[in-house]
Amino acid sequence: MGSNMAECHPVGFQWVMEAKLRGAQLIHVDPRFTRTSAMATRYVPIRAGSDIAFLGGIVNYILEHGREFREYVVNYTNAPVIVDEGFKDTEDLDGLFSGFDEETGRYDNSTWQYAGMEVRGAVQSDETALSGHQVGYGGAAAHMRRGEPPEEDPTLEHPRCVFQILKRHFSRYTPELVEEVCGCSREQLVAVAEALCDNSGRERTSAFCYAVGWTQHTIGVQIIRTAAIIQLLLGNMGRTGGGIMALRGHTSIQGSTDIPTLFDILPGYIPMPHAHEQQTLAEFVQQNASTTGWWGRLDAYMVSLLKAYFGDRATAENDFCFDHLPRISGDHSTYQAALDMLEHKVKGFFLWGENPAVGSANSRLHRIALANLEWLVVRDLVEIESASFWHDAPELETGELKTEDIATEVFLLPAAAHTEKNGSFTNTQRLLQWHFKALEPPGDCRSDLWFMYHLGRRIREKLAGSDDPRDRPILDLEWDYPTEGEQEDPRAEAVLREISGWDTEGRAVSGFGDLKADGSTACGCWIYSGCYAGEENLPARKRPGQEQNWVAAEWGWAWPLNRRILYNRASADPDGKPWSERKKYVWWDETQGRWTGYDVPDFGADKRPDYVPPDGALAEKAIAGRHPFIMQADGRGWLFVPSGLQDGPLPTHFEPQESPFRNPLYGQQSNPARKQRRHRLSPFNPTAGHKGGDAYPYVLTTFRLTEHHTAGGMTRTVPYLAEVQPEMFCEVSPALAAERGLENGGWATIITSRTAIEARVLVTDRLRPLQVQGSELHQVAVPWHWGSRGLVTGESANDLFGLALDPNVLIQEVRGATCDIRPGRRPRGPALRELVESYPHARQERHR
Amino acid sequence: MFGQLRDDPLGLARSARSRRSETLRPRTDRAERVVKSVCPFCAVGCGQLVYVQDGEVSQIEGDPDSPISRGRLCPKGAGTRHFVTSPLREYRVKYRRPHGSEWEQLSLDQAMDMIADRVIKSRRETWQEQDEQGRRLNRTLGIASLGGATLDNEENYLMKKFFTAMGAVSIENQARI
Repeated sequence: MGSNMAECHPVGFQWVMEAKLRGAQLIHVDPRFTRTSAMATRYVPIRAGSDIAFLGGIVNYILEHGREFREYVVNYTNAPVIVDEGFKDTEDLDGLFSGFDEETGRYDNSTWQYAGMEVRGAVQSDETALSGHQVGYGGAAAHMRRGEPPEEDPTLEHPRCVFQILKRHFSRYTPELVEEVCGCSREQLVAVAEALCDNSGRERTSAFCYAVGWTQHTIGVQIIRTAAIIQLLLGNMGRTGGGIMALRGHTSIQGSTDIPTLFDILPGYIPMPHAHEQQTLAEFVQQNASTTGWWGRLDAYMVSLLKAYFGDRATAENDFCFDHLPRISGDHSTYQAALDMLEHKVKGFFLWGENPAVGSANSRLHRIALANLEWLVVRDLVEIESASFWHDAPELETGELKTEDIATEVFLLPAAAHTEKNGSFTNTQRLLQWHFKALEPPGDCRSDLWFMYHLGRRIREKLAGSDDPRDRPILDLEWDYPTEGEQEDPRAEAVLREISGWDTEGRAVSGFGDLKADGSTACGCWIYSGCYAGEENLPARKRPGQEQNWVAAEWGWAWPLNRRILYNRASADPDGKPWSERKKYVWWDETQGRWTGYDVPDFGADKRPDYVPPDGALAEKAIAGRHPFIMQADGRGWLFVPSGLQDGPLPTHFEPQESPFRNPLYGQQSNPARKQRRHRLSPFNPTAGHKGGDAYPYVLTTFRLTEHHTAGGMTRTVPYLAEVQPEMFCEVSPALAAERGLENGGWATIITSRTAIEARVLVTDRLRPLQVQGSELHQVAVPWHWGSRGLVTGESANDLFGLALDPNVLIQEVRGATCDIRPGRRPRGPALRELVESYPHARQERHR
Repeated sequence: MFGQLRDDPLGLARSARSRRSETLRPRTDRAERVVKSVCPFCAVGCGQLVYVQDGEVSQIEGDPDSPISRGRLCPKGAGTRHFVTSPLREYRVKYRRPHGSEWEQLSLDQAMDMIADRVIKSRRETWQEQDEQGRRLNRTLGIASLGGATLDNEENYLMKKFFTAMGAVSIENQARI
């Protein structure tokens, strides 16, 4: 679901096909019939944006029919835990959980806590409210004695236990409701639910694969959460053939999340510090770390990071330079930055292999934002649209921009290709793989490592001798990397070694267990710690797959500690025995007194299955031998999430920001905590039930092609790929084509309140009308690879979308907005804006 | 013809051979060296073999040793050679001055120097010591960055490290999108 794996991750899909050859069922649930659907045992079409309703129907089926894997659920999840009596469900409050503040649009999660727990401190809620982000992963700041929640009912009967709350919450997600919301038949839902249940348990496992078809919604995180609930109920986590696979879209997008170029986290998912009058490192750790589970060692991870950043300048006396770190105080995400560019608050902007003029939602807004900068540095292999906007943006034609009026100074610096540099990618399976330099970059082309290192070096030289305290962090930075070759490229291995970490003697550490809070170790990213253990570049290992077993542990290196399946202690039963011979993976060996198996155990190697933490135990020592989810404060998989989410402890079906339908479940139409970024350049289409809502009768969604990559900068420039997919198009069903007079191969104009674009029409049965709430719904699907440059050009699908964001991760909703479509090309020049302005806009009114 | 195809149902082996084809050699045979790499497109992480001849990439193929891809590449991965040698690739710094209507040339050294100056200036102009409630901010929102998902871990690491020390917090990449 949420993925078209056969076309978007084709080589990974070979393993799905192998499984199918060996008898596995392949189910594809998607708005479009794709090549993945064509290969599937069963294909179910649903309305874009209705995924929680569909998955919720599966949860309800499992619970109604008692199909949960009882022993797994009781021991490995928080199903038995009793929740605070102040908790109110969406069933009680017509689509809201307890703690919602209408004024701010935010939740206070104090009633979502486990019963008998102390509520988080005021500081914490304040930070949450400020940034729209909740610090903490896996129960931050929670204190549990011996890692156990205060009140539990292992019979799962207590009315306030998670299991019963879950049951009530999902009880209305019946096959009939799923049919009404999603547009598939009730029989299709039941068939999928049965197949999943039949293929889960001791002897069998099922897996989910998803991609941005799930994340790009105002409820994206909660869609994935619903799948997590299913997988925990069915006992499919931490087991071979199970899990939830995020199929990520860029080669190292996982790496750029782990070692984040993201505003709200530091390397290894450590929260960025928030603004305070005064906050010491100890206070930061105390407010952000749970005392139990592996986050209980946050002090060691944080001090080691500061040592990697500031070297000898970081000492216990100066709080390891903690005050050198900048503080966040709100949303500083890329969408907010673009809005700030329009207000001239952002002066300078760096782009590294990214093309917001095509690739970000409402790309017209981003192009105009770029035109409001003082300076812009673009690092890419080609002149992408984000570098050329000042001379060829579509807004020059409409008169919204004029080249001579644009004051932005633009530097286009050619970048090195992956073949021209050493370095590691972290691919979608958490696997670090090293790529070797084949030749030197030509001309002025340089690696981004070169660029960042030498830019930093120059800035440090220019500031040398400054006594301005604000320059202190730059000058205190540890910034001496060995360089090599004529171009003085920094040695990537030296950087990887810093990421992995070393001790006082300068020896590479073996893993995050070696890290200390006393300043005697340095480590650039604790979850990557050990990737250079034994002074060996482990991501560079390339022992041929055919010489290894199927786990292939000596090809690259997976974080953490080369574990290939996370939480794999769950592949054994509470006593440490494999659930089944067929599915054995990691188990307890009593004679050796340790965990063993095919993978590196994701558990204390010698922690007995019957280990009970002593009173006062901290960090991982407070997790009992039968609890596999060692990052959580209670060692369990969370069906119900007491903290860490902005929009509720349980997933709930909400309509997209823009929808032709009212939410049949609740008075609450859309995710109440979603972030709506309104701007003159970014209105919303009125939604169902509001004035003008019927002007946009169709659901609009984006998709990818095999032959192009994201915003096209890497593929519209490649002759073969440009030739096989030369033109922007839209997919519509024959019924919609007939309704709107669209002709296959002809032109269509797609209109939203942001803009209108034109595309060639592909009339295809791949999209079919759905019966939703008793009426026929049509969907329009557009690929988003084109822009104004390259060997082949076309209009950008992202121009059509507004800025409605998921509240947890601030990702935009481009999978399920609304639109209108008409035959023919769009008007040229200023007439384009006139057409768009003739449609209704929801600029001001808020709706629930 | 049926006889020809008997042991060659796809017509790609014996039946496609000629005296001329017997003399042909794959261009990979002439490579000076072969370097192990990883596909730069989606996140599956297929292994690539980069063939170099006369100082240029002469071919990029799937790496049969990779337990992930077993030698296979999709159309994008198979097109990687033309990605790194694209006719549209830029090899020199290009500079557009404010209000300018043309690209101009600039040496890499001069561009680096100018960028360093602009970073220092914008940072000073937009520095926030504390907010109106007196809380420590120690940062600039005047310099933003976007990108990293197509870069190496080591590159992202240096970016986060330097920008953080500089006080720039709006450092983002495609993972947000």
